Amino acid sequence: MTDQVLRVENLKIALPEGADRDFAVNDVSFDLHAGEILCIVGESGSGKSMSANAAMGLLPELVRPVGGRILFDGNDLLTLSEDEMMDLRGRKIAMIFQEPMSALNPLMRVEDQIAEVFEAHGLLTRKERKERAVTLLTEVGIPDPEKAMRAYPFQLSGGQRQRVMIAMALALEPQILIADEPTTALDVTTQAQILQLIRNLQEQRGMAVMFITHDFGVVAEIADRVAVMQYGKIVEAGTADEVLDNPQHAYTQKLIAAIPKLAAEASEVAEPGTPILDVAGLNKTYRTGGGMFGAQARVVHAVNNVSLTLAEGETLGIVGESGSGKSSVGRCLVRLMQPDSGTVKLAGQDMAHLSGGALREARKSIQMIFQDPYASLNPRAKVGRIIAEGPMAHGVSKREAYARAVELLELVDLDALSIDRYPHEFSGGQRQRIGIARALALEPRVIIADEAVSALDVSIQAQVLDLLADLKKRLNLALVFITHDLRVAAQICDRIAVMQKGEIVETGPAHAIFDNPQNAYTRTLIEAIPGREKELAAAG
Amino acid sequence: MADFWKRFSRNRGAVIGVAILVVVLVVAILAPLLLPQSPWRMVQRPFLPPFSMDQYPLGTDALGRDVLSGLAYGAQVSLLVGLVSTLAALLIGIPMGALAGYFGGWVDDALMRFTEFFQTVPSFALAIVLVAIFQPSIYSIIAAIAIVSWPPVARLVRGEVLSLRSREYVEAAILSGQSNLTIILRQVLPNTISPIIVLASLMVATAILLESALSFMGLGDPNMMSWGYMIGAARTVIRQAWWLSFFPGVAILLTVLALNLIGEGLNDALNPRLARRGK
Repeated sequence: MTDQVLRVENLKIALPEGADRDFAVNDVSFDLHAGEILCIVGESGSGKSMSANAAMGLLPELVRPVGGRILFDGNDLLTLSEDEMMDLRGRKIAMIFQEPMSALNPLMRVEDQIAEVFEAHGLLTRKERKERAVTLLTEVGIPDPEKAMRAYPFQLSGGQRQRVMIAMALALEPQILIADEPTTALDVTTQAQILQLIRNLQEQRGMAVMFITHDFGVVAEIADRVAVMQYGKIVEAGTADEVLDNPQHAYTQKLIAAIPKLAAEASEVAEPGTPILDVAGLNKTYRTGGGMFGAQARVVHAVNNVSLTLAEGETLGIVGESGSGKSSVGRCLVRLMQPDSGTVKLAGQDMAHLSGGALREARKSIQMIFQDPYASLNPRAKVGRIIAEGPMAHGVSKREAYARAVELLELVDLDALSIDRYPHEFSGGQRQRIGIARALALEPRVIIADEAVSALDVSIQAQVLDLLADLKKRLNLALVFITHDLRVAAQICDRIAVMQKGEIVETGPAHAIFDNPQNAYTRTLIEAIPGREKELAAAG
Repeated sequence: MADFWKRFSRNRGAVIGVAILVVVLVVAILAPLLLPQSPWRMVQRPFLPPFSMDQYPLGTDALGRDVLSGLAYGAQVSLLVGLVSTLAALLIGIPMGALAGYFGGWVDDALMRFTEFFQTVPSFALAIVLVAIFQPSIYSIIAAIAIVSWPPVARLVRGEVLSLRSREYVEAAILSGQSNLTIILRQVLPNTISPIIVLASLMVATAILLESALSFMGLGDPNMMSWGYMIGAARTVIRQAWWLSFFPGVAILLTVLALNLIGEGLNDALNPRLARRGK
């Protein structure tokens, strides 16, 4: 093994009083060697980011290390003064973050932001800085670096912004790069490119990379070694192959088992049921800018001539990258958004042209499950009221509605006593169950799930997906499942529609889409799924 | 609730504010019992300096009226005007802001232009005009203060509602068939309460100042003793009898300071995310 550059010994980080546990990181030790990529994997709250932040001296207020050492270059980073840390940061240890938009200064041109890194350490002249910036941008693969230099962050795409972040991190040729979920906010195809870039740069420069992620697919793509964290402890560590192929610890096994498998089963639905939802020629365009003084308006076709059908008891997946219009389709279906043209026939009735009471009545049959389990429940309402409100708005008596709410809570595996509690007392997965119970309260026939499991940890995600599949069967629901995650789509969907730039580019049974994609874009999407090659290899 | 008090009491200034306000409240409520004589009654020789007679510790004014009694009854007027006019301003501002924010479009445009109409006129000048037109009385003063102080409420509520209305739980409520009124009253407004309470506590302070200023200009209710009136009446003799303007001035200062401290404490307690981080 090559020499270690960073050594973490028995690190303990205390959380402020009143947190759910005493230590964010409890007795964690690991080594980082030059020229390797170490992945630290764990679900939210496992303490994986805290370990990295401690190494950078970037712990939040009230959170402090109480034991252990972080050795770098013979120094214990935990004992260095702020000035010494400042000198180290960027020059020896650099970091990239999850959300490149908020990590870049929105009011500064890219060239100035990169030059600032040199300036902070008092290096190079103004002209040299600029030259280095161009070299760096070329190195991270930004097309037309000269032009990108003059751009503001908002003029770049998400992937390009992350490349700029990487260029800034690499500017002073650090020995260690800490990457905290750097691809989580990116689309799957962009993610694949960025992972490739990090891998290449790491090899060229012989850097050590500490890569923090929750996604085992990403781990399979990039890791040399893996450390799995749970509740602030490392439960398992080893080479990527060891951990992924032959996990020893029960938690790791559970996590890996919870990852949706890519292969979609050939569903045995031979006879398609009676169609319940029939969408034809749906259009929605957004106009921005323009206005009074005749400036050119920017027109975006969010939904461009989309047609699809959904049979009773069927699950249709709508997949696509961000900006593909998949969410707009979902919102047009329930009329949270008014489509410009087209028809949405729900059991023969055209939803797109109803209004007032008739729309209210029709919406009983088509309900929605939302993405964010924290924003989708009113923080000031008790769970019972959240679920019972819908039926009560339709004239069901209060007593009956609350009795029904209890039944629904039991249906989604929550305690009946939950009706008297507030949403903040529940975890993300439980909140999502409450959201599902609310959607079911009006006894709908169609449910639109808009990224319903995207905000959940992978083990919780598996539970919620199971619940949805089970409910669908029991209640004979038709499900429109909108997601960016093809693994999830493969697991739950009978048919899949792939969207790109507002249009459906391919529709078909799930297994056909995955095994034999017809459209070039679909192929790109599937090839970009992290961890796919490994899975294929394992399957033989 | 216990949690709320814990966070509130962490701000020492806010606790002091509550203490001052409680004293002022008690004095205002008990004034008729402690000092049964009318504050307008002449009880001693004029210009009796403070601390010279035990019975009239704060002295007497140019007509021989008891300054302490004036302060106590003035507290009644100040608090009454402050609270009632703020309530009235909330009653105008909250519905305006909620409707504008929730419906957007031309409703928003119309209501906000109307709000701006009030905002462009300097509020004190407008208050003077209104009181002068309607004859000075406690009602016209309260009405005038309410009319000049509701626009910030409408602006605040509109902003809050605007951001809340695109929340997923509001969309879920729309889908579940609830009427717009139900959604505004049950889903949206309860979540705007914290900033409204904070703003209201500061508005009470402003209202007390406005009332004092109106009374100072001689536009107070002629039948009610108020702090502003006392200062206004004493301004011509400020060099001979400093205590006539000093004590009511201190009373105004302390009350307004108390309300501001409370407002800040409420802000810390109700918006924990915005509150200064732990020490």
